Amino acid sequence: MVRQTWITFRPRRLPFSFKFDRRVPFAALILSVFMLMVLIASINYGAYNMTPLDVVQTLTGTLPADHPDARNFNLVVHTFRLPRILVAFLVGAALATSGALMQSITRNPLAEPGILGVTAGAGLAAVTMIVGMENAPMELLPFIAFGGAILTAAAVYALAWKQGATSPVRMILIGVAFASVLQALITFMLVFGEIRDVQQAYVWLTGSVYGRNWEHVRTLTLWLLILLPLAFLSARSLNALNLGDEVAKGFGVLVEGQRAFLLVISVGLASAAVAVAGTIGFVGLVAPHITRRLVGPAHEGMLPVTALFGGALLVLADLIGRWVIAPSEVPIGIITALIGAPYFMLLLYRERKS
Amino acid sequence: MAVQARQTRIIGSRALLLPGLLLSLGLLVLALLWSITLGAADITPEVVYDALFNFDEEIFDHLIIQTVRFPRVLAGLIVGAALAVAGAIMQGLTRNPLADSGILGINAGAAFAVVMVAFVFDAPSLSAYSFAGLTGAAVAASFVYGIGSLGGTATPLRLTLAGVILTAFVSSLTTAILIQDQETLEKIRFWTAGSLAGRDMPIIAQTAPFIAVGLVGAMLISRQITTISLGEDVAKGLGQNTVIIKLIAAGLVVLLSGGAVALAGPIGFVGLVIPHIARFMVGVDYRWIIPYSALLGGILVTLADVAARVALRPQELPVGIMMAVIGAPFFIYLARWKVRR
Repeated sequence: MVRQTWITFRPRRLPFSFKFDRRVPFAALILSVFMLMVLIASINYGAYNMTPLDVVQTLTGTLPADHPDARNFNLVVHTFRLPRILVAFLVGAALATSGALMQSITRNPLAEPGILGVTAGAGLAAVTMIVGMENAPMELLPFIAFGGAILTAAAVYALAWKQGATSPVRMILIGVAFASVLQALITFMLVFGEIRDVQQAYVWLTGSVYGRNWEHVRTLTLWLLILLPLAFLSARSLNALNLGDEVAKGFGVLVEGQRAFLLVISVGLASAAVAVAGTIGFVGLVAPHITRRLVGPAHEGMLPVTALFGGALLVLADLIGRWVIAPSEVPIGIITALIGAPYFMLLLYRERKS
Repeated sequence: MAVQARQTRIIGSRALLLPGLLLSLGLLVLALLWSITLGAADITPEVVYDALFNFDEEIFDHLIIQTVRFPRVLAGLIVGAALAVAGAIMQGLTRNPLADSGILGINAGAAFAVVMVAFVFDAPSLSAYSFAGLTGAAVAASFVYGIGSLGGTATPLRLTLAGVILTAFVSSLTTAILIQDQETLEKIRFWTAGSLAGRDMPIIAQTAPFIAVGLVGAMLISRQITTISLGEDVAKGLGQNTVIIKLIAAGLVVLLSGGAVALAGPIGFVGLVIPHIARFMVGVDYRWIIPYSALLGGILVTLADVAARVALRPQELPVGIMMAVIGAPFFIYLARWKVRR
């Protein structure tokens, strides 16, 4: 039994306080360092040859001006690699946080961001555009996907609303039902579309950060700057919600209101991620699990660490995807699936006795 | 999670159960015949009757019926019966009103195995497909039960979520293969949506034995399934060996769904919808639910296939998509109004 010790932060003059498990700063530090290393390794790896030192110099702008390859380095790092890696990080952070929120809102460790049919809705919108339209304007794709996601989440929430309350169980089941029919419609599009469009649609559906640029980074950063702090600040309500509706009410949490609010944040995060990078699975499911084991379930510390972990995970997955069958690349969504399954098998193996 | 129990059933008197079954059988035959008459060129019932009983090689319509339509309709019947009974067993076994082979990821697992076979081998034999379907279904069933049991008993909600996770994982892998290989993609696109198009007698002959064994087995243990549907403790208290029964039932589910997927691709919702209708009609005794499910399943898939062929004439819709369009609203209805808490 680990003796739980907290680091508390309780300023005298200010009207708030919080505490987090003492493992949190360690975890955050180690994850940050790991993240940095993976970042440099990821930028370093690729068809164009560079050394890690070159990478660091280019990033920090300390590359000597008369270096022969200076312009190429800058091009490769700043135009091609850095944006996509940053997108991977931001998407991972968004998905992981969204998953953690979902798991706490529904009080179910098997919940994940797409559970309200969000990913299926985004997928249907995107596939309809790719397959249904001639020469679809790809710049619009993220917006379309986002719209599809929000509409689906709203529909599921509306249907789950019964006598002024939405039970998590009903939400999940209706979400699953919606996802099934949306998936069938996606299949319909894929069956009848032009084969080349269909292959493009498949890649989007699997999730990929190929070709993502600074526009995507800007959009994601904007969303995350708004949504992540809102999520982090709701830590206390989340802790209470996790204990059950009645208990939370006893603590003075406005259960329905908070749940709706947190759902909106979770869906917003998931939709932003899916809109930019397609439907990447398993990060939102697995990252919170692992983080909970590392730093405990108290949300004050758990949520930021989850975001960091999810981001690092996706950057790593992207690196693996580019490395495994170089010069071709495996879409990032497949790598995360391949990480997620062994994780579950490991869980199964561990729990077989109980 | 509990479903509001229906105290009444439509067929109120027990004496009417058998006649009801025969009536369903009659309806099934009618549906089959109707389905045969429809197609690119509609054929009159008299010609259909002749083709089946006074087969004349020279007549073109007779050939069409014997080689194309009759096998397809037969496949629909077999698939419908198999999926419906598999769903009934799953719902009885897991006491989960929202169980079916699609939701629990068993269809996805079987489909992935078949896609693998198509990808790896150039000209796979038909038996390779059936074998793949069964293996995929078996592995998926064990996985979903395992994941659903993590950290506690496999409650209906956990099983559903485990099914979602498994389906997501398996679909990623299937997509990975389909992205790599355009050839396999072309071959198999239509099939991945669940389709009866092009099903002929050889593939039916390959998969029908497994499904037949599954159906017979289901009838034989229908009494035990009724017992176990009352609850694990009740069943044990009545002296039933729940472990063996669960294993046998799981094996039957694998035979039925694996065989159905190998035959017609992953078709969902049949196993979800039909047992509820059967329960509505005959009550909670699985000795009646299972045969009724088999017949009603055949009727449903046959009618869905008719709808799929007619809806976007002359283009043909995969029957799996039609089933999703029919089944999903039913699923939503169940989840919203019939699930307590």
